[in-house]
Parts: sequence; C-alpha cells; structure tokens
Amino acid sequence: MDMNRRELLVGVGKFIILSGSARAALNGDTETYNMAEHWWGMTIDVSKCIGCGNCVRACAAENGVPKGYFRTWVERYQVNGGDMEHPRVDSPDGGFNGFPPRGPSNAKSFFVPKLCNHCADSPCVQSCPVGATFDSPDGVVLVDEKYCVGCRYCIQACPYGCRYLHPTKHTADKCTLCYHRITKGLTTACCEACPTGARKLADLKNPADPVHEFLRDNNVQILKPQMATRAKVYYKDLDGAVR
Amino acid sequence: MAPGVQGFMYPNEVELQWSVLIVLYPYITGLVAGAFILASLSRIFNIAAVKPIYRLSLLTALAFLLVAPLPLQLHLGHPERSFEMYLTPHKTSAMAMFGFVYLWYLLVVLLTEIWLDYRGDIVRLAESRRGPMKWIYAALTLGSYNVSPESRRIDDRVGWAVTLIGIPSAFLLHGYVGFIFGSVKANPWWSTPLMPIVFLFSAMVSGIAAVLVIYQAITRIRGREADMACLDTVAKYLFYVFIVDFSLEMLDLVHRTYESNESFRALDFMVHTRLFFSQIVLQIYLGTLLPIALLAVTQVVKLRAPVRRVLYSTAASLTLTGILAMRWNVVIGGQLFSKSFLGYTTYKMEFATREGLLPAIALMILPFPILWVLLKLLPPWEEQKAT
Amino acid sequence: MKKILRESEHLVRLALLAAILVVAFLAIRKAVVPAGFGRYGHYRAPALDDIRARPISFAGHEACEACHDEQAKAKSQGKHAQVSCEACHGPLAAHADDPDAHKAVKPDPATLCMRCHAADSAKPKSFPQVAGDHAGGESCGGCHNPHSPAM
Repeated sequence: MDMNRRELLVGVGKFIILSGSARAALNGDTETYNMAEHWWGMTIDVSKCIGCGNCVRACAAENGVPKGYFRTWVERYQVNGGDMEHPRVDSPDGGFNGFPPRGPSNAKSFFVPKLCNHCADSPCVQSCPVGATFDSPDGVVLVDEKYCVGCRYCIQACPYGCRYLHPTKHTADKCTLCYHRITKGLTTACCEACPTGARKLADLKNPADPVHEFLRDNNVQILKPQMATRAKVYYKDLDGAVR
Repeated sequence: MAPGVQGFMYPNEVELQWSVLIVLYPYITGLVAGAFILASLSRIFNIAAVKPIYRLSLLTALAFLLVAPLPLQLHLGHPERSFEMYLTPHKTSAMAMFGFVYLWYLLVVLLTEIWLDYRGDIVRLAESRRGPMKWIYAALTLGSYNVSPESRRIDDRVGWAVTLIGIPSAFLLHGYVGFIFGSVKANPWWSTPLMPIVFLFSAMVSGIAAVLVIYQAITRIRGREADMACLDTVAKYLFYVFIVDFSLEMLDLVHRTYESNESFRALDFMVHTRLFFSQIVLQIYLGTLLPIALLAVTQVVKLRAPVRRVLYSTAASLTLTGILAMRWNVVIGGQLFSKSFLGYTTYKMEFATREGLLPAIALMILPFPILWVLLKLLPPWEEQKAT
Repeated sequence: MKKILRESEHLVRLALLAAILVVAFLAIRKAVVPAGFGRYGHYRAPALDDIRARPISFAGHEACEACHDEQAKAKSQGKHAQVSCEACHGPLAAHADDPDAHKAVKPDPATLCMRCHAADSAKPKSFPQVAGDHAGGESCGGCHNPHSPAM
C-alpha cells in the first residue's frame, strides 16, 4: 500500500486519539478523576429549546429508563397575556416523541426542559431514612439501588417531580447527571443529543467552564427558589409562569 | 394526557406513590396512642371511673401496635432491607427516627407497663397452669416468682413512672407520624406545623372511640353489664377531645382559605371534586359533626343508660370511620394534585395485589384476633382469672 | 437496702434482658452494615463505583470525528455545526468501539428532520421551521445535505 505523508499523519493521529482519551473513556478509565475538583450542575437556555425531545430519548437510551417514567422531560407552555397563574402546559409522554405541532397563536409559547436539579441542599437526601440517596462529593445527587428500601419518601420530598419508583427494581430512580459519563470526561447524554445547545453540562469548580460567563452575563433563574433547595440547574430566560 | 389525569401533572407524578396501606399506618398508630392515653388517665390522674378499661386499653394498644409495621412492610419496594433503618438510620430523616420512637414505645413503655401490671397474674398462672401454657407464663416471669406485697408495691411505683413517661411517648409516637407528613415542604397539603398536633388529637379521638366500641362489644360477648360510670367518663373525654380536634381542623381550613396562597386554589378545587365524598361527607359531616352532636346530646340531656349506650356506640363508630377518612384525605389527597398546581390525577386502588384493598382490609381485621389471644393470655378482669 | 434489692430482683432481670438485646443489636449492626458506609457521608461509598461502572451508549462527538473527519469538516462549516453526530445518528459507542461488528444505521429523514424543524408556535421564532407541505412529498435529503443543510 502506498501511503503519502499526510495519510500517515492522519492515521497516526486517529490511532492516538482512539487509543487515548476516547478509548480510555469508552473502556472506563477512571483513575484520573478526582471528585474534589468538580462541582456539577447544568445550564439550560430556554430560548434555544425547540422541543424536539432528543434529550428525553437520549437519556432513555443511555440509562435504560423504563417506558412511562422520566429522568428528564420537556414541558410546553402557553401563557395568555398577563395571566401568569394559569399557563396551559402539556408534556405528552414527557416529550419523548417531540410535541404534536400547534398552529400560530397570539399566546406566548415556549419549551422548558426539566431534570433533577441536583440540589446542594436537597430535600430528598434529607428525607432518606437509610442513606440510599445521597449527595456525592462532586455535587451529584445519586441513588444507591443496592441499598434503597423503596419507601418512596424521597419521591414525596422532591418539589420538582423528578423522581419515580423503578417498576422492576422497586427502588427510587432519577437523573444521575450521567455520572458514569461525566466522570470520564464525557458530557451527559441529554447535552450530547441537544441539537441547539440549549442544555450544557456545567462544572462550577472549573474556572474555564462557560457556566461562569453564563451566570454572570444573563438573567438566570432556578426552579422554585422559595423551596431553598440550592438547585444547580440554571435557566436562562425562564418565564415567571413556569411551575 | 394519561387516563385519569385532568390538567397538567409532572410526568412522574401521575402514579401515586403511597397507597391505602400508608393510610392504614397512621390510623393504626393513632388508635394505639389514643388507647394508651385513655389508660394513662386512670393511672396518672387517678380517675377511678376509668379503671375498668385500664388493662383492656393497654392490650388494645399492644394488639394494634404489633400490626402497625405490617402495612409498611407490604408497601416497601424491598422489605427485606427494612432493617437498614435501624442499622444506618439517617438522622435528618423523620422516617428513620420514627423507627426508634416506635421501638422505644413498644419495648420501654407498652410492654414494660403491661408486664409490671400483670406480673402478679403471670406468676400465679405460671404456678397453676399445666402443659405448654405453663412454659409461656414461666418465660414471661423472666425467672422471678417474687410477688410479695413489697415487690408489687415497687412494681406499682415503677409502673407509674413508666406511664408518666408513656404519655409524652404516646404523644411523640403519633405526633411524629404527623411530622413525617408535616415536614415535607414540597407538599402544601401536608406542610404545616399544625400537622403533628392535628394528627395527635385525631389519634386520641380515634383511640378513645375504639376503646369505647371494644369495651361495649366485649362486655356484650361476656354477657355482662358495661360499667356506666366508666362509659360516661370515657364518652365525656371523647367529646372534649373531639371539640379540640375539630377546632384544630377548622383552624387549618380557615387559615388556608383566608390566606389563599398559591396552592389554595388547586387544593380547594381538589376538595370540592375528587375529595368531596371522603372529606366533606365522611370526615366532616358524618365523622365529626354528627358524632359531636350525638355526644353533646348525652352531655346536656338526661338519658337512660340503654339510650346512652346506643348513642355512644353510634358516635364512636362514626368517629372511627371519620378518622379513617381523615387519614385517607391526608395521604391520598396529598398525592392527587400536581406540585405544579395545574392538574389532578386519580388513585387507582387495586384489589388483590400487595398494596390493594384486600390486604388493607385483612390488616384492619388482624388486630382483633391478636387482641383475642392477648385477652386469653392476660385476662383483664377479675372474673376471668383461671383457678 | 438489701430488702429493696431482693424485692426488685425481677426488675434487675428485666434490665439484664434489655442489656442483652442492646448488645445483640450492636453486634448485629457491626457485622451487617456494608463496608465503606460513611466514608464520604451517610451512604455506601462503593455505590459511587457501582454507578460509574454503567456501560456507555453515546460515544460523544469527538469519538466520531476521529474517523469521520470528512463529515465532521462539512458539518463544522454549515448550519448543523453545533449538532452532535449522535443527536441524529443515535447512540453509537458500540460502533466506535468495534465499527465492523456494530454498523451505524442511517436515520429516516421524514421523522428525524421534522422533529426539530416542523413548525410549532412554541419554537423560537429565529429557529428555521417549515410547514408540512414544504417538501411537497419529497424526502428532505432530496434538496438538503444533512451535514450542511443550508441551500
């Protein structure tokens, strides 16, 4: 085979990349990950969400989420004029197959993706009687499915409705912020699949992370701030009518 | 949207998490607390009229307390792991701490008090009975056959102290169940500081009503006359405690309606639609106002004993139904509306599944055969002592 | 004093029984609580490893670009520059690991493209949307290159 220099370099480059970080990530090399160096969250730009449901499907594929239950979902809002207290909201199958199109109207409409907010002061962690749900040192709220007794107190305690009881494992389940991916240098499945970049994984302890600029330069909201959960999913352009 | 859903609910909220079994649990522990507090009245406050039902109240409390963990076990996703609550209790969790409150109450208060009170009978039966029963009583003596007057005096003193700690322990037992709901800030139907107090007073009401019904039923079965002075006193306490309980519930309702905050409109709609029968009809009218009225009549009008007995059992039975409805309204009601305040779902109660109606009915019946066994093992009244 | 002790001997037995139960409980607890519990907080530290061990389904766009640099280059210069490969092609970590054993499947444009681009009043006004009759029955790929879709 006759290879010119360019092809050789490209080939070597591919080999290095494949055998380096990508392969390492795929094969689960976690030795370089130090929990103390990270504090995870997410940013969501509501004005970019198109309600395609890619995130919902990707999460289900990546995490084996059972049908009819949702680790993440998308809501569609329709706000009529000044009536902030009665938005018309729908989330057919959590947005798994996108949304049936609605024709043009005078009402203000938009999509809002939702997921576990990985609260720093999480009421679900507080309520767990055995220590099966917990806040990891790097800020991700997780469930130990080998220890959970299935009492569902955490599901009652979550103000955001992000938890469910797994129908076959009979333990509490929810978004893990793709912990198995982020600890290997990958992003979450939902962020990977989002075509408009509305969702972005954020590492608040990384000074180079775009989250700092996001928080500084935009009007940012968290869901239900009155619950004092110190949620770490930050929304830009979240309308006041959003529940 | 999904069937049974009206308006919008967060996708994971459509299915209820806590079933009818979790309705039973506060109901049963409420009966325990109420029955115990009634027993304590005779012991601590020396209310002689109530003495005839002292032992019956304790055994009733025990029968129900033994059944109390069963609905929880049936409900858990992994009941085989439930002991984790004792091994690694999470101190910030109300539910974990309750495991110890339950254990304390069962072992240090109820069983100890029963043992101290019955020790004379236990020793006598250990000495007089033959066969397998002898061994059971012998085990219960813990190896000590000393029933001298001095030892019994010590038992009485210690038992008095146990009853004394027992009263706040009974308050804690059921107030805590109220706190398990009342501390959930995510749920506005539950989250109120009034919750433990409302639970406690409704527990006392249900416990007193239960003893009233059981006492009348047992005396009827034994072919005897119920002690009217006792019945009248118990009914009087039921009446007073009910007034307090009703006032607390009305306070909660009036407060919510007046403040009319974000959650109120959603909750108000729910009460007038999905909860109308269980809340307005069963809990308030039939379960509270009617029994209070019947009891008020007995307090104000001089009536003959048989009439009073009928009114007492009717009022007590209505009360027991009403307090069960109240537990239903708190537990199920708290899950029928969305935390977005924009929608409602339906509780699909199954019948013959692990968390269905059938096991619920079975668990409500179970304390009675247990009570029957306890009454045979530890007879409460003089005439039933074996010779 | 001796008399009181003699008369309350049964209470001593009760206290002894209680002590035995407490000791038994503590012993069981020591034996049964899982290793690593409490290392970082009130939970089983090995749970973090359990969760991290989950297999990966989406390779991430860097893995794709390592081999498919042509498509990556075309995409980076077009309107779909920010759309990652697996957003349309689905989870392909298995393919990245062993490309011959797991072939990638071309997505069906009719459902895929319309999920994002079907007109809906809730979508941002600046986002390119088309009405149902836009293609007149033709496939999207007939006019648009999915990796660089602008005409």
